[in-house]
Amino acid sequence: MQATALAGGFDAPATQSAHAFRRVMEAMARPGTIQDIQGGAPPAPLSVAAGTVLLTLCDTDTPVYLAGKADTDDVRAWLAFHTGAPLTGPSHAMFAVGAWDALLPLSRYPIGTPEYPDRATTLIVDCAALAASGSTLRGPGIKSDATLSLPETRAFQANRALFPLGLDFIFTCGDRLAALPRSTEVF
Amino acid sequence: MTDHAYNFAYLDEQTKRMIRRAILKALAIPGYQVPFASREMPMPYGWGTGGVQVSAAVLTPDDTFKVIDQGADDTTNAVSIRSFFERTAGVATTTATIEASVIQTRHRIPEAPLTEDQILVYQVPIPEPLRFLEPRESETRKMHSLEEYGLMHVKLYEDISRHGHIATSYAYPVKVEGRYVMDPSPIPKFDNPKLGDMAAIQLFGAGREQRIYALPPYTEVVSLDFEDHPFEAPKADQLCGLCGAEDSYLDEVITDDTGGRLFCCSDTDYCEGRRKAGHRGPAFPGNEAAA
Repeated sequence: MQATALAGGFDAPATQSAHAFRRVMEAMARPGTIQDIQGGAPPAPLSVAAGTVLLTLCDTDTPVYLAGKADTDDVRAWLAFHTGAPLTGPSHAMFAVGAWDALLPLSRYPIGTPEYPDRATTLIVDCAALAASGSTLRGPGIKSDATLSLPETRAFQANRALFPLGLDFIFTCGDRLAALPRSTEVF
Repeated sequence: MTDHAYNFAYLDEQTKRMIRRAILKALAIPGYQVPFASREMPMPYGWGTGGVQVSAAVLTPDDTFKVIDQGADDTTNAVSIRSFFERTAGVATTTATIEASVIQTRHRIPEAPLTEDQILVYQVPIPEPLRFLEPRESETRKMHSLEEYGLMHVKLYEDISRHGHIATSYAYPVKVEGRYVMDPSPIPKFDNPKLGDMAAIQLFGAGREQRIYALPPYTEVVSLDFEDHPFEAPKADQLCGLCGAEDSYLDEVITDDTGGRLFCCSDTDYCEGRRKAGHRGPAFPGNEAAA
């Protein structure tokens, strides 16, 4: 195993993951808000934010799909050492991580069942840019409306139409993140 | 010694990750009850094990924690949960609503409006609003998936036909974002109007029943009713005997063996705050003569 796989985890897992989770929760509860997050140092090409989310939420119970360029030996070794999460294809993933183009098509991921809509994939989308501009968002967690730079709008409108089924998204860029749950309407 | 023998906030990290994943899905599907693998806690079921597990999963060392039981900071349940997290998480605690960043509550929403920087964690005994109408989990799950809530309206209608009004006074069912019918936990229906459009995140934890659900901020929450019997949020037609508040939810306290009684704010912090500001009710010591 390469030495790089052993570094880049939390120094103080209990408190660092608590802080990181609060940022993720704030993002998911208030779609469109951009949160700072740090603690993890994953191998390239994963961003600090994407790596920290994985460290915070993943373990042996959560199959992870590494999409496209995110699927490197370094990332596999790092994820295995720090989380123990099993790797899987998109159809069984609880979490999927990668660039937007690599994660497509979205039809491959479980969207939950009518009786268990929570059994759906959370996609961690590593983006080149993340800004509070672009698409307009409305829905639970948003007072009137919010704006967020999304890779596209049609996919998220189609995802909203599946509610209460559907996918949930975390957008990461550097050490910042935002989220778009299935409940958010995108214009 | 024991205090340092525990992981931060008592639970192990894998358990917290599992609860945190459930909380995120609960926020993504407002009002839907997410199953989670509830752990045994060092307190009996019914004492807030669900709320405690949710609090343990969201607390950070920087938080200021408040616990209320029926609005009061000084009852057994509130005191013991507060000291539990003082010892296992080392967090600061307070009884002042405005100073708290995480508030765990049993059966009340504080009178003071909550802010975007706060999280409200409810202790929930029975999370399933349809449970007393349909005991089978397999059936209630199907009813939620099909949005089949006619039975709940029949129940409220039977209230009207028997009592002349909707007699359900607590755990009054609500519909979230026009989709899921949700049990707001046994808060008095006086508190129901505060559920919707709240600035704070609301998380609900049911330990024995192993369910977590949530309301993101500014979520639409509608108390079920009928056009000709609209929802009302009543309270005792009295004012607080201690602070004189007319707008707060009141407890009735029996004070002697001859039928003497006192109405006072159930929210102790709200009542103390008003008394500190000089407000006096008719039963306040030294003020009885005026009453």
